[in-house]
Amino acid sequence: MPDPIATEEATLQVQAPFESWGRYPTYGAKLLPLHWQSDFPAVTAGLHNGALPVGMGRSYGDVCLLKDGNLLVTTAMNRLISFDTETGLLTAEAGVTLAQILDFAVPRGFFLPVTPGTKYVTLGGAIANDIHGKNHHIAGTFGRHITQFELARSDGSRMLCTPTENPEFFSATIGGLGLTGLINWATLRLRPIVSRKIDYEGIQFHGIDEFLDLTNQAKDIEYTVSWVDVTSTGRNFARGVFMQGDHSARKDDLTRSAKPKLIFPFEAPGFALNSLSVSLFNTAFFHKQIHKRVVALQDYEPFFYPLDKVLHWNRMYGKRGLLQFQCVIPWEHAKEGTIAILQAVAKSGLASFLAVLKAFGDVPSPGMMSFPKPGITLALDFPIKPDKSFPLFQRLADMTLEFGGRLYPAKDAAMTAPQFQAFYPQWQHFARYRDPMLTSSFWERVTQNS
Amino acid sequence: MSTTAQTPSATPRKILVLGATSGIAEATCRIWASQGASLFLVARNGERLAAVAADLKTRGAGFIDTAVADLDDTDKHPELLAHAINSLTGMDIAYLTHGVLGDQPEAERDFNTAAQIIHTNYMAPVSLLTWLANFCVQRHSGTLAVISSVAGERGRKSNYLYGSSKAGLSAFLGGLRNRVDREGVTVLTIKPGPTKTAMTANMPKNEKFADPESVAESIVSAIDKRKDILYVPFQWQPIMFIIRNIPERIFKKLNL
Repeated sequence: MPDPIATEEATLQVQAPFESWGRYPTYGAKLLPLHWQSDFPAVTAGLHNGALPVGMGRSYGDVCLLKDGNLLVTTAMNRLISFDTETGLLTAEAGVTLAQILDFAVPRGFFLPVTPGTKYVTLGGAIANDIHGKNHHIAGTFGRHITQFELARSDGSRMLCTPTENPEFFSATIGGLGLTGLINWATLRLRPIVSRKIDYEGIQFHGIDEFLDLTNQAKDIEYTVSWVDVTSTGRNFARGVFMQGDHSARKDDLTRSAKPKLIFPFEAPGFALNSLSVSLFNTAFFHKQIHKRVVALQDYEPFFYPLDKVLHWNRMYGKRGLLQFQCVIPWEHAKEGTIAILQAVAKSGLASFLAVLKAFGDVPSPGMMSFPKPGITLALDFPIKPDKSFPLFQRLADMTLEFGGRLYPAKDAAMTAPQFQAFYPQWQHFARYRDPMLTSSFWERVTQNS
Repeated sequence: MSTTAQTPSATPRKILVLGATSGIAEATCRIWASQGASLFLVARNGERLAAVAADLKTRGAGFIDTAVADLDDTDKHPELLAHAINSLTGMDIAYLTHGVLGDQPEAERDFNTAAQIIHTNYMAPVSLLTWLANFCVQRHSGTLAVISSVAGERGRKSNYLYGSSKAGLSAFLGGLRNRVDREGVTVLTIKPGPTKTAMTANMPKNEKFADPESVAESIVSAIDKRKDILYVPFQWQPIMFIIRNIPERIFKKLNL
């Protein structure tokens, strides 16, 4: 708990920058670390300007920012509460990271039921963004595997939320962007594994039709995701590598992971990422896999978290930061929509590496505001180029809307209020469950003028 | 792929932790818990102590017992320590981690505030260590690991009450080590630099602040190696060497 005798002056000094992963936008805010479940709302006594619970700051845009407000940093609230080796149910405080959960669970023969592309996110953040992973077509979103949690509200009340108890707060908090209250702790159902290894297969494809064929053939494979080249046109348009894998069923090593040693040491200069270097990277990545098909037994770290090996890799994008674009296009328009968006991106010449394509399954998302729905999701990074990136982004958002899709708030720094409100028409209903003290720069941005 | 933190020692160790809800203590106990150690935890706040105990139990501690106690109450120390050792059925390591940063400006105005800082950071550990050292000497075994601070190396205007209480503690530990080493008892003086814990929650952070997890790993390793003095992170050893050797006529003008 913060020192109770700290003066107002001392608290104001805690202005260490809290950046989102895209490092755009950047806002000043006061950081209030939470250490114990009883700290909220106690630490906010006498504060103004609103507050927002935050974790590791791995969302890209401004859902984890609050301009001139108070950020309640939960990462020191990272205790485990109980674990049942029969059921795999793990109860832990909300600031525990998925990396910490893996360190605990893997040696005991358990794994996350759903994992995003980085393990450096908190349990609370994973719930608040109702994250998804490579097994969405089988397991649904992260929130599907949360059986209960405690929600602390700014009025001092605490609520147990389950699918049957306070079900509306359960549903509003999953994917609720931290706005419904502070999650003190949550119970997550882990899944058993017998090995760290993944039975991996990588397959080259050319074009969306081949991607869809591979998706169909891989229906029963737990993890599928594709990297797609968004810089090439013509014969190489939408070429990529379809990556699929299952947890190895052969008993093997279950030790915990070593700590990452590489740190991206400095901000790259603005010219480092240009259309030439990016298309060279994409060509190299495509041909790194020389054969049409590659089969391997791979450790889960490089399979799920290839970029976690380099801490602060986002510095590669330089001082201006990066924008992410992630949309889902429902099946009805999935093929034409994805092709149209990929063409617009390729034509712009602005995209960078790391474009990811995946089919979402039809497992319903439990959250009122959850992003995933059945269809194709496409995620890509743009280094920010002030005059060009935002107009392109607006065009892509409008195309997404035309095709009946929506954008992912956790990745967003640019959608307009009308776009958000069209993507998520239920937002006003959701707003009824918001804690009056809690808000974010994202929320202020997408609900303005209404 | 494995780290030493996971390797269980041959026989689970019996460890008494005084001030178990402090950030560094908690991080250290997590390593011991994953090794299957038996832990007796003492802290002032029962709710927090229960949260820490549940965490350590979940992480694999072989045995956990707790006592809620205000360690400022030195009269109760003998009873508390006897109870803890009885519950653990012995003691291999006593780990003293409690302490307060205190309110330096208030302590400059009010002696009672100053005395309180000295009592918590110096008097109370002396009381605990007197009892514990005699217990260990009788058995010719045991490790007393005590958190002091680099702040005890030289008085600075920003925290000289805290610093002087830790300076006293470091000197006491040096003397105690000199006395009990020949009896087979190890005394480890731990001098952490600024660490990201609740104690420093309201201080502006910079790169110099260490993570409690890496501080804890160094402490566990220093105890295993029966070291005498641990600067953690290690960079603080040369830094403090320089700071100790700045001439006073220059030092007194600095803003530290």
